[in-house]
Amino acid sequence: MKFSVTVTLKKDVLDPQGKVVQNTLVNMGMNNLKNVRQGKHFEIEINENDHLVAEKKVDEMCKKLLVNLIIEDYKINKIQ
Amino acid sequence: MKSSVIVFPGSNCDRDIAVALEKMQFKNQMVWHKETSLPKSDLIVVPGGFSYGDYLRSGAIAGKSLIIREVVKAANSGCLILGICNGFQILTETGLLKGTLLRNKKLKFINKDVHIKTMNNDTKFSNKYKKDQILKINIAHNEGNYFTDTKHLEELNKENLIIFKYCDEKGVVNDNSNPNGSLENIAGIMNSNKNILGMMPHPERMVDDLVSNKDGINLFSSLIN
Repeated sequence: MKFSVTVTLKKDVLDPQGKVVQNTLVNMGMNNLKNVRQGKHFEIEINENDHLVAEKKVDEMCKKLLVNLIIEDYKINKIQ
Repeated sequence: MKSSVIVFPGSNCDRDIAVALEKMQFKNQMVWHKETSLPKSDLIVVPGGFSYGDYLRSGAIAGKSLIIREVVKAANSGCLILGICNGFQILTETGLLKGTLLRNKKLKFINKDVHIKTMNNDTKFSNKYKKDQILKINIAHNEGNYFTDTKHLEELNKENLIIFKYCDEKGVVNDNSNPNGSLENIAGIMNSNKNILGMMPHPERMVDDLVSNKDGINLFSSLIN
C-alpha cells in the first residue's frame, strides 16, 4: 500500500520561503495570487493489506519523526 | 569534573568543545553516536555541526540516534547537558528543551560575531558572568530562529529560563539587534529543572585571544564553580 504525506508549516508560523515564492510569482505577473505555503512531500510504501492499520502506521511515523508538531501540520492520502 | 562530547556524522564543533573543556581541566571523552552507553559524566555536550547532513529537519535524525536515548536518561536524572547550535536543535527534537528552531527569517546562513546579553546569571552555566553582561560570541547557523508557543514563552519569562538574548554592543535588545528573527531575541534557554542549556551562539569559539576573544570561557568556568 502506498501513501503520500504532505507536511506544511502551520498557518500562524511564518513561512519565509513560501513568501519569497509568492512575491516572485506576483512579480512575474500572477496578480490574482492569494497565498503560497511551501512544504515537504513523502511517498511511503508499506507492507500491509488493511487500509486502516496501514494508515495508522503512517500516522505514527508522522508523529514520531516526519513532522515537528510544534510548527507543522500534515495530511495523509492513500495513493495506491 | 567529567564530561562527554557526543559526536555524530557531520558534527564539526566537537573538537573545539573538547579543547575548551580540557582548558578548564575537565576530564573529557568523545562518544560516537552508535554507542549505547555513556561514560560517567557530570556534563554532556551535544556539539554544533550538521548532524546527518541536516536531513529531514536540523537535528531530527540525531534526535532519534542510539546515544541520544542515553543522553535523555542522563538528563532526566539531573546530569548537566549543554547543546550548542546543532546541539540545541537536537535537544529540541528530543523534547528535552521545548520549542524549535526555524529557518532564519531572512533565509540566509549567518556566520558572524554578534552580541548577547546575560539575562540570568544564577545558573550552573552562567554564574561566572555578571547579570546583563554583554558578550561578543560567534553565531553560524541557518536555523536559529527560536519559536515556541505562547504558554511556554510565558513559562520561560516567569521562571527566568531565558539565559541569553541577542543585543547590540550597548546591550539594546530589539528587532535591529536580532540576527535571525528569534522570538524575543532568544539566543539561549534552559529547561525548568535548570540542568539543560541550549544556545545558538558558540562559546567554545571564544576561549582564546589568539583566535577571537575570551567571552565564552566563563560559561565553562561556571560549570566547575
